[in-house]
Amino acid sequence: MGELYRTELYDLHVALGAKMVPFAGYEMPVQYPMGVMKEHLHCREAAGLFDVSHMGQVILRGADAAGALERLVPVSIKALAEGRQRYALFTNEDGGILDDLMVANRGDHLFLVVNAACKDADIAHMRANLTDCEIEVIEDRALLALQGPDAETALARIAPDVADMIFMDVAVVASDFGELWVSRSGYTGEDGYEVSVEAAQAEAFAKALLAMDEVAPIGLGARDSLRLEAGLCLYGNDIDTSTSPVEAALEWAVQKVRRTGGAREGGFPGARRILAEFRNGASRRRVGLLPEGRAPMRAGTMLFAGAEGGTPIGEVTSGAFGPTIEGPLSMGYVTTAQATIGTTVYGEVRGKRLPAKVADMPFRPSTYKR
Amino acid sequence: MKYTEEHEWLREEGDVMVVGITAHAAEQLGDVVFVELPEVGDTISKDDEVVVIESVKAASDILAPLDGEIVEVNSAIEDEPGKVNDDPEGEAWFFKLKVSDASPLDDYMDEAAYKAFIG
Repeated sequence: MGELYRTELYDLHVALGAKMVPFAGYEMPVQYPMGVMKEHLHCREAAGLFDVSHMGQVILRGADAAGALERLVPVSIKALAEGRQRYALFTNEDGGILDDLMVANRGDHLFLVVNAACKDADIAHMRANLTDCEIEVIEDRALLALQGPDAETALARIAPDVADMIFMDVAVVASDFGELWVSRSGYTGEDGYEVSVEAAQAEAFAKALLAMDEVAPIGLGARDSLRLEAGLCLYGNDIDTSTSPVEAALEWAVQKVRRTGGAREGGFPGARRILAEFRNGASRRRVGLLPEGRAPMRAGTMLFAGAEGGTPIGEVTSGAFGPTIEGPLSMGYVTTAQATIGTTVYGEVRGKRLPAKVADMPFRPSTYKR
Repeated sequence: MKYTEEHEWLREEGDVMVVGITAHAAEQLGDVVFVELPEVGDTISKDDEVVVIESVKAASDILAPLDGEIVEVNSAIEDEPGKVNDDPEGEAWFFKLKVSDASPLDDYMDEAAYKAFIG
């Protein structure tokens, strides 16, 4: 591994006592002195501040940027209203997933947030295929997420207008910390915001939030257990180039207009396979799993239909202990025959087959402000 | 008290040895969410994987520090794994061992040596 990048908030993380780890080429805080479990619960009960500046922020401009982007994603971008954001997937010719991302319509341009580990490839992919667009990579802004039931109260002290936003709204608001690019979204299943702030103002902005009683800093450890309880995919674990949107149970991300019979049917990489899977189903499916005991079933755990014998029917792709559900939880892929909610499957943990029930996701109801 | 490089402590209690993990180990593991203990009556050999402990971060094996027979286990920490973080060198002991070969004890550290070991 080469030199690790540092975000604008590196010094603040260290000053807060964070344990720093390499993640997607960056030195990032995995936890603070509060610890993963308490950080997770704090985010669910009050508000948590996350540094997600390692993610890529990209502006796409063009006479028909929405139409252009639709060539790379099986998602309706043209119908995305100004001031709104939507989840999207870059697919490849095999129908696999290159990355998942957020796309916002900000009037005269689109604003994209992509995964840190994929951002260089995503940008190259867009430059190669969207020659009719201007692609601007935003390098001078940090990205912070403020999540939890008190997120609105906290952020509204700095920018009162954010209280009026609803889930997946985006807005540009003025503040003492310069212009904030705000979306009401996140990766925890909680109500909350992601806020892009000028790099030079990022530390002061973060400190202003952390000075509030409700707000505590949250590391990558709790970010993972929070998103897992919310049933949200982690790119590279739960979805990747070997998984299709239908296998990944992300049908909801592909609007009808892009499916067979829709007005803008197909026209994205891998459309042949992906649309066929919409019609005929896929042979396997991403499901939630609730182990019956206390032992977590972590990524890589092989899954079986029975307590003995047989060949694997799938594999766990993410697994942890869920502090809010107070038990272990996993997600993974199983053959479609075993994908029905309530089915018992068996994970092989340290040589023992342990039962787990296929469960509905999110594991814990999300609390987005609709 | 004796300490191993695997961050276990051993405390002699009558004719048995009580075994647990150190506060340093518990701190490094982070919040413990799962503990699997051996069965009473199990005969174990030094370096056997005798306890499984999972934290929010990862699974770890605890190796048997000595040969012997398990005479008691602390089931309370299977029910409440968080105790391992709260009181690792007291209430959250793992198991009691009737030792059949105490000779490796000579190689284990005393408290001062362990403190130096963990820096």
